[in-house]
Amino acid sequence: MTLFSDRLLDIVLFLPAIGFIIGLLLPRDNNELVRRYTLAFSLLVFIVSLGLIGTVTANPGGSSFVTDEVWIEYPSIRYHVALDGLSLWLVILSTLLTPICVLISWKYIQKRCKEFYAFLLLLECGVIGVFVSLDLFLFYVFWEVSLVPMYFLIGIWGHEKRIYAAVKFFLYTLTGSLLMLAAIIWLYNKSGTFDLLLLTDMIQKGRLALSSGESFWLFLAFFFAFAIKVPLFPLHTWLPDAHGEAPTAGSVMLASVMLKMGTYAIVRVCLPLFPEASREAAPYIITLSIIGIIYGALVAMVQPNMKRLVAYSSVSHLGFVVLGIFTFTQAGIDGAVYQMLNHGVSTGALFILVGYLYERRHSLEIADFGGVSTPAPWLSTIFVITTLASVGLPLLNNFVGEFLVLQAAMQVNILYAVFASLGVILSAVYMLWMVQRTFYGDTPDAVRHHVTDMTGREWAAMIPLLILMVWMGIGTQSFLPPIRANNQKTLEMVQPQAPAVAATASPAETTGEVRHAH
Amino acid sequence: MPTSFIPTAADLLRLSPDIVLTAGGALMMVIEPLTGAARKARMAAIAVLLIAAAMALSVMAYSDPGTSFSGMLVVDGFSTFFRILVYGCGLLTVLMSVDYFKRERGSESGEYYALIVFSLVGQSLMASANELVLLFIGLEISSIAGYIMAGYLRDDKRNNESALKYFLLGSFATAFMLYGVAWIYGLTGSTNLDTVRRAILGGAMEQSGQMLMIATALMFVGFAFKISAAPFHVWAPDVYQGAPAPVAAFLSAGAKAAAFAMLVRVAASAFFPLSAKWEMLLWATALATMIVGNFAALRQSNIKRMLAYSSVAHAGYILVAVTAHSEVGIAAVMFYLASYVLMTIGVFAVVTLVASKGERFVEIDDFSGLVQRQPMLAIALTIFLFSLIGIPLTGGFFAKFYVFKAALDSNLTWLTILGLLNSAAAAFYYLRVLVVMYMKPAAEGAGPVDPAGIGIKAAIVASAVGTLYLGVYPSAVLDFAGKAAQLVK
Repeated sequence: MTLFSDRLLDIVLFLPAIGFIIGLLLPRDNNELVRRYTLAFSLLVFIVSLGLIGTVTANPGGSSFVTDEVWIEYPSIRYHVALDGLSLWLVILSTLLTPICVLISWKYIQKRCKEFYAFLLLLECGVIGVFVSLDLFLFYVFWEVSLVPMYFLIGIWGHEKRIYAAVKFFLYTLTGSLLMLAAIIWLYNKSGTFDLLLLTDMIQKGRLALSSGESFWLFLAFFFAFAIKVPLFPLHTWLPDAHGEAPTAGSVMLASVMLKMGTYAIVRVCLPLFPEASREAAPYIITLSIIGIIYGALVAMVQPNMKRLVAYSSVSHLGFVVLGIFTFTQAGIDGAVYQMLNHGVSTGALFILVGYLYERRHSLEIADFGGVSTPAPWLSTIFVITTLASVGLPLLNNFVGEFLVLQAAMQVNILYAVFASLGVILSAVYMLWMVQRTFYGDTPDAVRHHVTDMTGREWAAMIPLLILMVWMGIGTQSFLPPIRANNQKTLEMVQPQAPAVAATASPAETTGEVRHAH
Repeated sequence: MPTSFIPTAADLLRLSPDIVLTAGGALMMVIEPLTGAARKARMAAIAVLLIAAAMALSVMAYSDPGTSFSGMLVVDGFSTFFRILVYGCGLLTVLMSVDYFKRERGSESGEYYALIVFSLVGQSLMASANELVLLFIGLEISSIAGYIMAGYLRDDKRNNESALKYFLLGSFATAFMLYGVAWIYGLTGSTNLDTVRRAILGGAMEQSGQMLMIATALMFVGFAFKISAAPFHVWAPDVYQGAPAPVAAFLSAGAKAAAFAMLVRVAASAFFPLSAKWEMLLWATALATMIVGNFAALRQSNIKRMLAYSSVAHAGYILVAVTAHSEVGIAAVMFYLASYVLMTIGVFAVVTLVASKGERFVEIDDFSGLVQRQPMLAIALTIFLFSLIGIPLTGGFFAKFYVFKAALDSNLTWLTILGLLNSAAAAFYYLRVLVVMYMKPAAEGAGPVDPAGIGIKAAIVASAVGTLYLGVYPSAVLDFAGKAAQLVK
């Protein structure tokens, strides 16, 4: 039993991969079996992953479920995974969204079911791997592996321009990550290790001395890869295409989990390894993120296509996350991490609901809808609640994250806060305007005939997310403490620590001076 | 001067793989006309046995490494690695050819297998020669067999064109190399790699630096042709496109591996003292080769032609590791070639199957909907293509990783960055194949893929398993390569 509980994280990580392989062996023509199998399997993964929570929250500042074994002797690549306050909820979010994605694809995906669900499980394995790896090489492997299933999900089951979108997505991410690979190798050649904790320790203690030019370029290489994934303005152009063309489940996984890989990695890798470069780059990055917040919102406002609208709103929301991170304040990073989860829940929910509308009306154009609330009152109600959560209404989840980020931005520079709040206001404008045009007003005949209310399976997919929206808005304390404890540690590394460095760098000199003074 | 003309047992053991292959190949030529048409398939079995025996003998020979025949031949980790690699490549080629000629000509042919065996003798000599003339002999044996194989289907115009081009350009390039060897002999008084190296260290550089550079440049032309480095790559697309698919696989995998073995050994032993002078040239060649290969491949619609350009690009990546001129770099070259051989053979084997009789379906669009028509074949091709892109958990990823790690070790930062960006661009044309395979419905005219014979199935499975194995546990091969790389100097 102890073996089982010690290895719980490995099990959660590789269970989806096993599910992927079993899924491939299922018969090709029995779609119902494939769906049921994947649902059961992904629920199993989710339930097992819930077992992770207790241990991590009990040990908020440290790593839990550490496994550190040799994978390749030379160059020394280790299978080093662990879970802490930063990664815990992201892993749970991934395991929660996978069964939800199975539910929402039940009707939507009719062709080539087996492959679809197999790729979904492989994707789950990839993203969990990114969140738990502490070896940079392993991290890179999972980072790339998660790319492949998403490429197929968009390319095979997407809408009209799916191939263009899939290839664009793949090439953008690959270009970024190859530069990251160069940086990873560079670090290895300097230090002899890929281990993130070891590298952090070496840099903190000054045992790995990077010149400021070096650490600037390395920071840039990592940050470029992550910023493409986030995506940060002006590297966001793949996102509307990918979202606009992906099937619903693909959009959900992409928005809720895969974009978080970028912001997560900034906190996990960039800040501890390159504290000074991060601080120096902060004003520029914050400027870009604020441009992203406002630009994303403005473009979202004029989108005629619902999915693209939600996609651009993601650019805007993720801008908040990046802004929060680079304030280097406790509130800012807490808010950013919390906002990652909030965005995962509420934007995921929005994509699901837009998908429901698509399944009924076979269109994503806002102009094709109107007065949906008459034939489908429950669908409308839920959509409105999700919208309100997304625009940051108090008592719902996004409010907490945005509030913390804005508070932190205020501390750093009042202008940041002013412009960022503009984004909050705009988000209310574009979201509510879309809701108004879609759900209220006259009901065209096409809508009246085709749009029906929620089915049981659709409820089942939405209820957990609705509960989370409220719970995360009110019961912040259930989620925030482990995040906060972990961020505290990260912040200590990033804060300028000039006196401490001087003391460790030249202890002899200092003591000498002290003696002299006496 | 040789002290005795009678070879010792150790000499014979070190040459034994080549002896077995030569004798066996000659025997095959003799019994081929005597076997009835129905029994010709047995020739493939004989070839397999011969190659397996050669593999076993080269492993045995490695238990007692050293030079033989007065330092002409050397058995060390490096040569053993490449011997096994080219034999493995030959073995897979034999397997994938088994049904090919029956399909194309209606009858098996025994000479073809004998030619593979002869070509392997040449390649194995290229890997283990410690002397420039023997090196040249090995190169010629391998090339001449290759010229015939490229035009093996005499009635096919494409084959004829391919063979003629390969022959004319190939002999032109080897002539350059031979001329370079002659210059080296004139300058240093020897063709033995160790002696040449000592002569260069001992003052030949100061006395006749200019001439030495010209001599090495002449030799480099020959090498560059054989590894298809830009600007000496122009033959590759035409030859690979025209040659029978299994032959194209053999030429782009085995022949290239042997050519790299030869280049690396010469560069790392005889001309190592000159490496600083050569760095700029190698740097530029590596970059040009990557760029030309990748950007030309982007524009191809014929898959064999695309793979030819992609093999040019891969030569460029390998040259990056050669440019590093370090032991880590040599180990990276070895690892790269091992995974390159597997994925190239694999991808050509799939092309062979999909192409069908007369190689009618060799456009990229002919692969449309392959995942529906032939799911297992499509999965195998996916593995090979991801390996060619360099996605983790495939051999191709670790290969690129080690190459660029070696380059960064030697402070080739810009070459690394440009190389990595190149491999991002390369992803585009491999993705095109994946796109048509997975995301486009099967074309109207696309016929059913012929049922695969046992031989080609085995070749595909072995390559796929090998590619994945190198992608998950690269240590075994890399450790050996790391040790072998130290022996070169």
